Amino acid sequence: MGRTLFDKVWESHVVRRRDGVPDLLYIDLHLVHEVTSPQAFESLRLSGRSVRRPDLTLATMDHNVSTGDDTPVDPLSEQQLGALARNCEEFGVPLYATGSGREGIVHVIGPELGLTQPGITIVCGDSHTSTHGAFGALAIGVGTSEVEHVLATQTLPQRKPKTLRISFVGEPAPGVTAKDYVLAAIGELGVEGGIGHVIEYAGPAIEALSMEGRLTICNMSIEAGARAGMIAPDDVTFAYVKDRPGAPQGDAWERALEWWKTLPTHPDAVFDRELEIDVSQIRPQVTWGTNPGMVVPIDGSVPDPASYGDPDARAAAERALAYMALEPGTPIREIEVGRVFIGSCTNARIEDLRAAAGVARGHRVHPSVRAMVVPGSAQVKLQAEAEGLDRVFVEAGFEWRRAGCSMCLGMNPDVLSPGERCASTSNRNFEGRQGAGGRTHLVSPEVAAATAIAGRFAEARELAELVA
Amino acid sequence: MKAFRSVTSRAVVLDRPDVDTDQVIPKQFLKRIERTGYGEFLFFDWMKDPQFELHGQEGRILIAGRNFGCGSSREHAAWALQDYGFDVIVAPSFGDIFRQNSLKIGLLPVAVPPDDVKALMQRARGGEELTVDLVERTAGGIPFELDDFSRECLLEGLDDVALTLQEEAAIAAYEAAAAPRASTLSLG
Repeated sequence: MGRTLFDKVWESHVVRRRDGVPDLLYIDLHLVHEVTSPQAFESLRLSGRSVRRPDLTLATMDHNVSTGDDTPVDPLSEQQLGALARNCEEFGVPLYATGSGREGIVHVIGPELGLTQPGITIVCGDSHTSTHGAFGALAIGVGTSEVEHVLATQTLPQRKPKTLRISFVGEPAPGVTAKDYVLAAIGELGVEGGIGHVIEYAGPAIEALSMEGRLTICNMSIEAGARAGMIAPDDVTFAYVKDRPGAPQGDAWERALEWWKTLPTHPDAVFDRELEIDVSQIRPQVTWGTNPGMVVPIDGSVPDPASYGDPDARAAAERALAYMALEPGTPIREIEVGRVFIGSCTNARIEDLRAAAGVARGHRVHPSVRAMVVPGSAQVKLQAEAEGLDRVFVEAGFEWRRAGCSMCLGMNPDVLSPGERCASTSNRNFEGRQGAGGRTHLVSPEVAAATAIAGRFAEARELAELVA
Repeated sequence: MKAFRSVTSRAVVLDRPDVDTDQVIPKQFLKRIERTGYGEFLFFDWMKDPQFELHGQEGRILIAGRNFGCGSSREHAAWALQDYGFDVIVAPSFGDIFRQNSLKIGLLPVAVPPDDVKALMQRARGGEELTVDLVERTAGGIPFELDDFSRECLLEGLDDVALTLQEEAAIAAYEAAAAPRASTLSLG
């Protein structure tokens, strides 16, 4: 019987296997940021240990950094950023600090630098590490103790997860994006449906996506509870990696390519679970509640908790509606927003910005909306500016900011005020995620841009009528 | 890490599904560079609500709804629960990363079927003290599963970095045989 992509990557990284003990996996790339690493470095220091492979480790500053010239970071953030710089210096870990020109959201810069490659294992002290699986890598989010473990040993003991394949078939309607695919999948699977599993996203609708779209999908695997998400590498993947700074060159490239082509799941391989989603049935998605599984099509309405059979789900929906200040039955298109955030490791790559700019071009942000666009990395910002996207946004009334995690998690000056309602291209609509008391609705970049202009949830195609 | 064998205590009930780690410890407390002192910020926003279930409840065992600890990888969530005084979290299921983080610090995640969790919640609300015994792998008399290796590490409070460092020969052999990796030091 053939093996899955996941099996092939897992098996080729087992350093040591013993009965009754988790496999010890080799880690090819360890990405580090300021928030989840200080205690790990401190622990290394206290136990007199070193970083085993600084050459397989890369740090950047993203969560706490300020994205505006006007807003300095607070003293605690300053201290944490300083600690990262000192730790990298002391342990010899390369760091792309703010202002280096290569900084950015850790899950944007890995692929951008060509470090994220098919068939490798990647960890980072961040749950959205699943993003990198878009290249056919096995990328796992870990906590600080495991960050320390990988720094010290370049390995991680792991129990082999189960496998789930989600096949996306059919042709999407115009205006339906990768973000809508993954939100619809989470809506179907539920936020705990993926626990203990690695998801492989497959099928013609996935193969038709760009790397940016695939990254968006794998990014949100964790929102379904999954350990990781993966997509088989193909010509789209290879073309993206080729000639990037970290990519193999010359003969090494040819050898890598040969190996990468053997990675896709064998047709005979069996998954623990399978799910099929017809993307022709998907409409642009908008979350209404306080987890990413609480999602409906933009043409829908806020659901009535009374319609839920499961009492736990009903109580959770009631709490979510109270927090979100929404009434059951309200059409999604009638919900007005005060803020729009286009950014995050989910949707801040060049293609996302092009899509949002395409919608915004020639329009004006609604007078009651404050909208910001935050590129995922310094490189994305440069490229967008070279393409004139920044001018499109600024002329339309969007703020054009510096790279960082920004308002995805509000660990920096970009936050919602209590009660503010935001259409956001990020990945989590948890209570207070974007600022205490803030109300987050997750959407695609296209819907976010259209919503900024309409002042309420809207699709790009509605804007023409709005102007008329 | 902190070793764990058993605890007998009143239990605290938080009957909500999908409690995410952003609620357990909000982001503003993630800027600290220490590993301790997070307990006072546990459920920071929810604690402001006088109706929040945790008010008036005491105990070393937390019983919660399904998918407890979903979301962010912040180990600060596990640190905060432990620092607040919990030794055990009982739930039908856990976020994978949270579960892993908890095991690494000696905070025991106990997964039992949803009906058993509801029954334990009933008993806890009735004021009964519950015993969670890792040697026997039971919670309030209900058996739970935990793999032998994790159990051993918890019982002994083992430092798993030290355990892995004993595998140096295997790691070095793997590195010698494996294809070269992209170096982060030579990106140009």
